Amino acid sequence: MTDLIRLTADEMADALAAKDISSLELTRAHLERIAAVDGGVHAFLHVDGEGALAAARTIDERRSAGEALPRLAGVPIGVKDVMATKGLPTTCGSKILQGWVPPYDATLVTRLRQSGLPILGKLNMDEFAMGSSTEHSAYGPTHNPWDLERIPGGSGGGSAACVGSYQAPLAIGTDTGGSIRQPAAVTGTVGTKPTYGGVSRFGLVALASSLDQAGPCTRTVLDAALLHEVIGGYDPMDSTSIDAPVPPVVEAARRADVSGMRIGIVRELTGEGFQAGVQKRFDEAVEHLVDAGAEVVEVSCPSFTYALAAYYLILPSEASSNLARFDAMRYGLRVWPSDDASAEQVMAATRAAGFGDEVKRRIILGTYALSSGYYDAYYGSAQKVRRLIYDDFASAFERADVLVSPTSPTTAFRFGEKMTDPMSMYLQDIATIPANLAGVPGMSVPSGLADEDGLPAGFQILAPATRDERLYAVGAALEQRLDAAWGGPLLDRAPTLASAFSGAMGSSYADARDGEGR
Amino acid sequence: MATTTTTEVTIPFVEALAAYEPVLGLEVHVELNTATKMFCGCATEFGAEPNSQVCPVCLGLPGALPVLNEKGVESAIRIGLALGCEIAPWCRFARKNYFYPDMPKNFQTSQYDEPISHDGHLDVELEDGSTYRVEIERAHMEEDTGKSLHIGGATGRIHGATHSLVDYNRAGIPLIEIVTKPMVGAGERAPEVARAYVAALRDIVKALGVSDARMDQGSMRCDVNVSLMPKGADRFGTRSETKNVNSLRSVERAVRYEIERHAAVLASGGSVVQETRHWHEDTGVTTSGRVKSDADDYRYFPEPDLVPIAPSAELVESLRATLPENPALRRRRLQSSWGYSDLEMRDVVNAGLVETIGETVAAGASPAGARKWWSGEVARRANAAGTDVVPYAASVGVTAAHVAELEGLISSGRLNDRMARDVWDGVLAGEGTPTQVADARGLRLVEDSGAIEGAVEKVIAANPDIATKVRDGKVQAAGALIGQVMKELKGQGDAAAVRALILARLTGAPSAE
Ligand SMILES: [Zn+2]
Repeated sequence: MTDLIRLTADEMADALAAKDISSLELTRAHLERIAAVDGGVHAFLHVDGEGALAAARTIDERRSAGEALPRLAGVPIGVKDVMATKGLPTTCGSKILQGWVPPYDATLVTRLRQSGLPILGKLNMDEFAMGSSTEHSAYGPTHNPWDLERIPGGSGGGSAACVGSYQAPLAIGTDTGGSIRQPAAVTGTVGTKPTYGGVSRFGLVALASSLDQAGPCTRTVLDAALLHEVIGGYDPMDSTSIDAPVPPVVEAARRADVSGMRIGIVRELTGEGFQAGVQKRFDEAVEHLVDAGAEVVEVSCPSFTYALAAYYLILPSEASSNLARFDAMRYGLRVWPSDDASAEQVMAATRAAGFGDEVKRRIILGTYALSSGYYDAYYGSAQKVRRLIYDDFASAFERADVLVSPTSPTTAFRFGEKMTDPMSMYLQDIATIPANLAGVPGMSVPSGLADEDGLPAGFQILAPATRDERLYAVGAALEQRLDAAWGGPLLDRAPTLASAFSGAMGSSYADARDGEGR
Repeated sequence: MATTTTTEVTIPFVEALAAYEPVLGLEVHVELNTATKMFCGCATEFGAEPNSQVCPVCLGLPGALPVLNEKGVESAIRIGLALGCEIAPWCRFARKNYFYPDMPKNFQTSQYDEPISHDGHLDVELEDGSTYRVEIERAHMEEDTGKSLHIGGATGRIHGATHSLVDYNRAGIPLIEIVTKPMVGAGERAPEVARAYVAALRDIVKALGVSDARMDQGSMRCDVNVSLMPKGADRFGTRSETKNVNSLRSVERAVRYEIERHAAVLASGGSVVQETRHWHEDTGVTTSGRVKSDADDYRYFPEPDLVPIAPSAELVESLRATLPENPALRRRRLQSSWGYSDLEMRDVVNAGLVETIGETVAAGASPAGARKWWSGEVARRANAAGTDVVPYAASVGVTAAHVAELEGLISSGRLNDRMARDVWDGVLAGEGTPTQVADARGLRLVEDSGAIEGAVEKVIAANPDIATKVRDGKVQAAGALIGQVMKELKGQGDAAAVRALILARLTGAPSAE
């Protein structure tokens, strides 16, 4: 059953519930796919075939015992390597955490396990989620399934490439400034950053605590909603968690109804700076929504102009503090500069050896921004901008039910293209960052292929805080119409990777792989 | 344990005070006795197996997040209220960033510019009965760090150690840091004011029931800031910060020493270095620690993993209603109920014995008896051991019940005073309860009147000259007879009864009342 992996998670759930397939078969099919193609894609840092198969077996037994199981029980999933997984290595794409095996599960991971989703393994990312290309992973980049010479987006390029290359129907990503949405855009997949506080951060290794949010990475809007429902909801272990039920995302995705909805086009997030083909697909997508019954309004969010600057003060500041704990004292890498080194010298040597350039760059930026005498000018000002952005969203949402823009200004670029120019890399997140600063939910859905390079472009939807269901209504409506126009999902047009790699790797490949550097 | 530090020059206290006005600042850390830590569910029991009370949160494992202990906040508010502070209607935690192996996250979750309570005061009573008002700047919440144990060095300090061990059981235990405003005008009484303030603070947090406030166990720790300014000046001098001064006696001594040291530096035309200093309990001196500089930048910023704290006015008022009687007022009430003189009460207060005596009286002892035993032999021995009475008593296992029991043995006529002192020696030596010690040592007044009469007859017969003197009215001569009778009775006679019997026998005075 070679097409098993090409089903949507929703279809897999149906087939499992009908006992047409077993979770064991499904999980094995994905492990085979990983063995076949991940040598080229490198979405996984660690594959846990044994653990996934054991979980699949358990679910199958429970199902045949007649137990009523959660909707996604038995559907395998990949998890970004930034989430703590008990008994499974968690490196955050960094050398400094090489070999660390957490003694506890992130709340989100606990929920995946409780809902019966076999965890296939841990997915590649830019080191500590700092980057837009996975080129900053200490273990080598992930490759875009559309063109292996190109970046899959970042930081969650592993998650997007994993679902985009059918190595899993579902993946967990995290989004601090666009790390779920931008990879989704450049790989032709779907990704949601829920409302801040909508999904527990307990066990998410923090980059910037006030911005980080975990969410679903999938191939369809409905699949994202199904996964969102599993991982969302209040967690007493996370003080910033919202104590309210998960918004009705699945229902909204199924109804795909945008009639009468006011779609706000953000003036500051279109036009100049956006690749022509990306902009063109965006404009067409808006037309599709109008056809579906939505109304278009133009809104202005003038403070968004300063979002990137504010973000690159707040994020490094929080990161410089969050990453201070990696000091070789209790876990992870330990480098001895000399036999009789003091604790302080070991800390310094370990951090020098264990962190990559981008991480060091941001730690230095943040340390500087928080320094006494500079705090008000940098961190303080950035917080004021953040407030203005929040206010801009509030007034925009008075005029529109959702806001839309292209997700990323460009399609996937080639490896190395932006590595020497951090600023142009940072600009990848120009349209996604405002949502993180304001805590509002956002989603990226495929809008088509850009004419000039034939690569996927993304359509971003933003909704008011806690109204995540609106993302799914708009995303599903657009998906429906675009799929109809294309005669099938966009990913059907992606290269088939299997032929390129099958046979290149033995079937033991999945078991032998670990987080070792490549 | 020889400390190899050089003693610095000091000048006599009186001379120092003649030229300079001391300015004090005290930072007291109080460990709350909540059942669980400030930001996780780990137990806070003192003395547990190292690293047995830890979890991903207090170990600062990647991904772990803090959740605020509501009880800790309530205790913080109650301390603030007891110190007459204003309670902030909205405040936040901040991160204090610095690297140290006993700090799991390499930042301490603390409060910075938004403390939960601020601007209060505490009136402390001094030995002469006067009152000094200590202005409180703030009382804020923070978490404790782990505890480092340096192995291989001579003094337990990191210098010279071959390696260090860290116990994270203490990491995350809730602390309240109480910071005074600069204390001026105390003059020569500055050391006494400092001690009295810390004692008063300890009494308050104990009365609130929010902390054990055991300085010997580190559940109350004191940093002493001292500076001097020339008399009549209006600008404070450079201060030193003496860390971890951990007994009332040491607080007083450290302040005194620093005044003498600063004065010597200033008098010789030097300038005081702004630095942290270590207090040496054994030698009674401070030594230079780390020089404070602009490089000490903790890069505070609001803790994004916690939400702001906004205690409602209702909560604050309901907590205010739970405040116990002010310890100073309570002391005045107890003094009159115990019938102590001002001097006696002050001794008791200064020795930190109010609670202990209260417990002893509650256990059935007379207030006079309770004071006699606690302020007497126990205090003398504590002093000899260089510690305070209460921790000393705890260390040798002496309790209020023991004193009450001893008193009972006297009033029931089983022991006389001399025997009671013997028994007390035994109790202090850890030989058991007073009854056990009396039994073991065979101490019991002779109750057999025949035996006493026999001994009296024998002694009178053997000392006809003395007997005649007594008969002739020289009553004081009876003392020699009493001593001999007591000897006959091997010390186990009731001296008063013996005296009465001798006088009755020789002068016809009534022998008993
Ligand atoms: Zn803990």
